[in-house]
Order: sequence, then C-alpha cells, then structure tokens
Amino acid sequence: MSLNKLNLLYRAVVLDHAQHPHHKGEISQVTQKVTLHNPSCGDDIQVFICVAQNQISEISFEGQGCTISQASASMMTDVLQGNSVSQALSQCEAFFALTMGKAIAENQKEALGDAAVLGSLAEFPMRIKCATLAWHAAKMALEGTLK
Amino acid sequence: MTIKRETLRKDFPILDRKVNEEPLLYLDNAATLQTPNQVLKKITEFYQKSHANVHRGVYTLAQEATQAYEQVREQVAAFIHAANAHEIVYTRSTTESLNLVASSFGELVVQEGDEILLTIMEHHSNLIPWQQLAKRKKAILKYVPLTVDQTLDVHAFKQQLTEKTKIVALAQTSNVLGVTNPVKKLVELAHQQHAYVVVDAAQTVAHHALDVQDLNVDFLAFSGHKMGAPTGIGVLYGKSELLKAMPPIQFGGEMIENVTKTTATWQPAPWKFEAGTPNIGGVIGLGAAIDYLNHLEMSWIAATEKKLMMHLLPELQKIEGLTIYGPQTVERHEGIVTFNLAHIHPHDVATGLDMLGVEVRAGHHCAQPLMAALGVESTVRASLSFYNSIAEMDRFVYALKMVKEFFNHESE
Ligand SMILES: Cc1ncc(COP(=O)(O)O)c(C=O)c1O
Repeated sequence: MSLNKLNLLYRAVVLDHAQHPHHKGEISQVTQKVTLHNPSCGDDIQVFICVAQNQISEISFEGQGCTISQASASMMTDVLQGNSVSQALSQCEAFFALTMGKAIAENQKEALGDAAVLGSLAEFPMRIKCATLAWHAAKMALEGTLK
Repeated sequence: MTIKRETLRKDFPILDRKVNEEPLLYLDNAATLQTPNQVLKKITEFYQKSHANVHRGVYTLAQEATQAYEQVREQVAAFIHAANAHEIVYTRSTTESLNLVASSFGELVVQEGDEILLTIMEHHSNLIPWQQLAKRKKAILKYVPLTVDQTLDVHAFKQQLTEKTKIVALAQTSNVLGVTNPVKKLVELAHQQHAYVVVDAAQTVAHHALDVQDLNVDFLAFSGHKMGAPTGIGVLYGKSELLKAMPPIQFGGEMIENVTKTTATWQPAPWKFEAGTPNIGGVIGLGAAIDYLNHLEMSWIAATEKKLMMHLLPELQKIEGLTIYGPQTVERHEGIVTFNLAHIHPHDVATGLDMLGVEVRAGHHCAQPLMAALGVESTVRASLSFYNSIAEMDRFVYALKMVKEFFNHESE
C-alpha cells in the first residue's frame, strides 16, 4: 500500500497554506461579504472583500475546513489581492476551468500563482467542491460590487 | 438459489475490483450494500422471461408479472413478521416511505399544538418530513437528546412524552452512532400516551431479524438497496387499520377503483398508495435479496458482523488522537463506527483512505442536528457487512494509521 498519489494532491505548498493560511480573519473594512456552505461536509467559508475604484484593496476569508478548502482559500487571497474586479473574476473562471481538468493558457496559469498546483484536483473529482467554494464566494462578492 | 457462507464473497464480483490500484475494501455498507449475483440473475430472468406491467393486462404474461410482484409482498411480510401482506406498501425508498407517513398519516392526526417527538440522532429523511409537517400544522417538534455515553436518553424520552404527543419517529439503528435503540420499550411508553410510532429501520433491516408485531410499531420503513436489492425500491409497513384510514397522496393509474369526470374512488391499501407503474424489477430484486439474506440467516449475519466489530473497535480505540462517536463498547455497536482523527479533516482522511483502496464515508451523514449535538461539522464513518473479513479490518486499521502518519508527518 502506498500513499504516493496523495503527494500529488497534498503538495508541500498546499499543506503549508492549510497550516499557515494567509489573510485569514475578517478585515476591518468590508464592502462585500459572502458565506457559502459545503453541503457534503457541512463546512462554511466566508470571504470578505474591500473594493475601491474597481480595485480589490483587501481580501480575506474565515471558516474551518479540510486541507484543500483552507489552502485554496489562502492561495486565492494571495492571487486576487490588489487586482481589478474584472481581472479577479476572470481569474476565478480560470481556476474553475483548471480544477475541472480543462486546458488554460500558460499566462492564465501563471496568474493563478500557488493555486495553479490545485490543477491536480482534476484527478480527485470528489474534492473539487472543497477547493472551489472560496472562489465561488469571491466571485459572488465581486459580482455584488458590480451591481 | 445456491448460497454458501464460505464462498459468499464470490456472489459479489465488485469486491474483486481494484480502486486506485489497490484491492477494493468497501466499508460504506451503511450507505448502500453491494448486490449479490443471485439478485441480479433473478432480475435478468424476470426481464427475459416474465416482463409485463402489473395489475393491468388479462393476458398470461401480465398475470405472471402481477403474481411475482404480489408474491414478493408476501415475502416481505414474512421477513419482517407482518400479520398481513396488505400491510406492505412498496415505495421508492426509506425516504419516500417516511414522507408518505408524514404527508398522509401525519396530516390526518396532527393538529395545532400537538407534539411530534423525534430523537436527535435522526437521519434527515426521518426529520425533515416531520419538521415540515409541524410547520404546516403549527405543531411542536421535540427532540430526545443523547446521554453522556452518546446513546439515546431513555429517561428524557419518558419525560418528553406527553398526552399531546401524537407521533414518535425514531431510527431503530443510528446510521452514525451505530447504536440500536430499545424500540420495543419505547413503543410501549409511546402507546401509553396514545402516540403512534414510526420507525426508520434502514440500518437494521439487513443486519437483524425484524418482527414488527413483537415490536408493536405502527409504521416501519426501509430501503431495498441497503439489503442487497437494487436502488429505487423501498417498503413502508403500516398496521392495517392505519393504512386503511390514510388518504393516498399520489394519484394516477393502478391506485383507483372507479373514475368519472369529477370523482374517483381508491383501491384498498396497499394499492391505493402505489400510483402508476411501480418499480417491478426492483420488487423482484427485493424478493431475491430477502431470499439471499434468509439463506445466510439473519442470526448468522448479526453474529458475523459482531465478530468483525469486536475485532475492529478495540484496534481503533488504540489509535492515538482517534475519537469514536457513539457508545464505546462493542456490545452496543452495530457494524457502524464513526470517528475523527485529531487535526485531520474527515474529507482528507477519506481521500487518503481512498488512495489505499479503502472506501469510507466522510461528511455529516445526513444527520446535521446530530453532528451539532456531537459538536462537530463532519466525521468519518466506516460501516461493515457480512461479506467483510477480519483481514480487511486489519487492513483498514493499517491504512488509517498510514493516513494519520502522512498528515501528521506533513504538518511537522
Ligand atoms: C438511518 C437512515 N434512515 C434513512 C436513510 C435514507 O435511505 P434512502 O436514501 O434509501 O431513502 C438512510 C440511508 O441513507 C439511513 O441510514
């Protein structure tokens, strides 16, 4: 029996983000916040953003979850922080495509930073929801700013 | 049907497959039991030789199909010791059975201010139908809590039963805690208050002999797929006089007696509850599954699963950082054990085990109020069956230790 395949999903960078998440906790100025629920495990994730002049000045998340959901949320905040709303929205779409095993352009992949390693999720389809939950919350929050 | 206990694993070809390049170790039997060849063969034969719609044609094939369909009803009645085959209603599942009782019977007997008593360990399918009924009727929903050893608090059950309690709905065996509730005694207490008792036997039916008359339950629900039949066939047992009083909730073909442009009259129970073409193939499969279990003998099944749990539980208890929910003693455990490993999310544990070929469930197991009572969001659940072996229990424990080490090591 071997757990080699697990290393594919749980890369060092994933475990590192999960254990020491970046931008965790509510930020002081929030323009939008969205809570999403993972019905399969019951975990909630909350994403907070502060948008000024179409720019994400701050983003953070809160909530307990599995290694994948925590790492993905942490990576996401790194990726989206400082970006324009439209740029961030297209990054969310690129992430969804990547985790579903679809090919995305090299520059899009690069723009996903650490989160690009979660492309290995395509091999673990049952866990895609864990990874995309925070990104869906961010997308909803960002769309909220456009209204 | 030829069945030998010694070689029964051969009846389940799926157990020979590999998962992630490892031999499959299936430990999600509480979710659904694998289907033996004998059941599949019986269904195939039915489709090849006797397939026709039931209760409709006057021709030979239709008569054969109808006879087979009704014969299984007799078989189900005998299997759970119902007084009469007319007390057996075919449904889609436990879920549909419980919804039928809540929507038809519940609607009939529950009035504003009445009480419905549930236990905190209910599966959502024996919770939401009552919750919604209570909402519609402005009735009061009450939950019996757990004791400190995480079994049903019978003392609290007694206290919460009042003359206002119209319905008591409870699981015979919890799909999370693995504990079987003292149904017979609880029914007695409930009946003293003139409450009706609805029992969810989804996790009992394939593991222990059932006797609805001895238990004296008013209704009892279970699913075929948890006992070796295909998915999509379930059973509602109800006492004759209660089924008789209940209105149908689905309308259409098969369930009527006479229809005019403005009126309709119904068949007697159970047929008035079986609107439309039923799952005939599923019924045939259910009959074959009952044959299969009867050949093995329910007492042998119960003893075999107990032996496996006697081996597994102490081994799990030795793993540092592993918390078992529900009773800690083998005596009170059915073949279900739910746990968490400290600092490792259940989904991570389940993915790790899956990589080693071990299929377990992680999540809230459709019992979120219970999870809240246990103070967790989710847990890992392993559930065994008579086709599992002691060697598999050892392999599971070994795999669990590997997964634990993987995540603990990685987090240093
Ligand atoms: C205790 C219990 N009740 C009800 C159900 C629902 O069964 P089904 O999904 O077959 O309707 C299950 C299984 O999922 C269960 O374990």
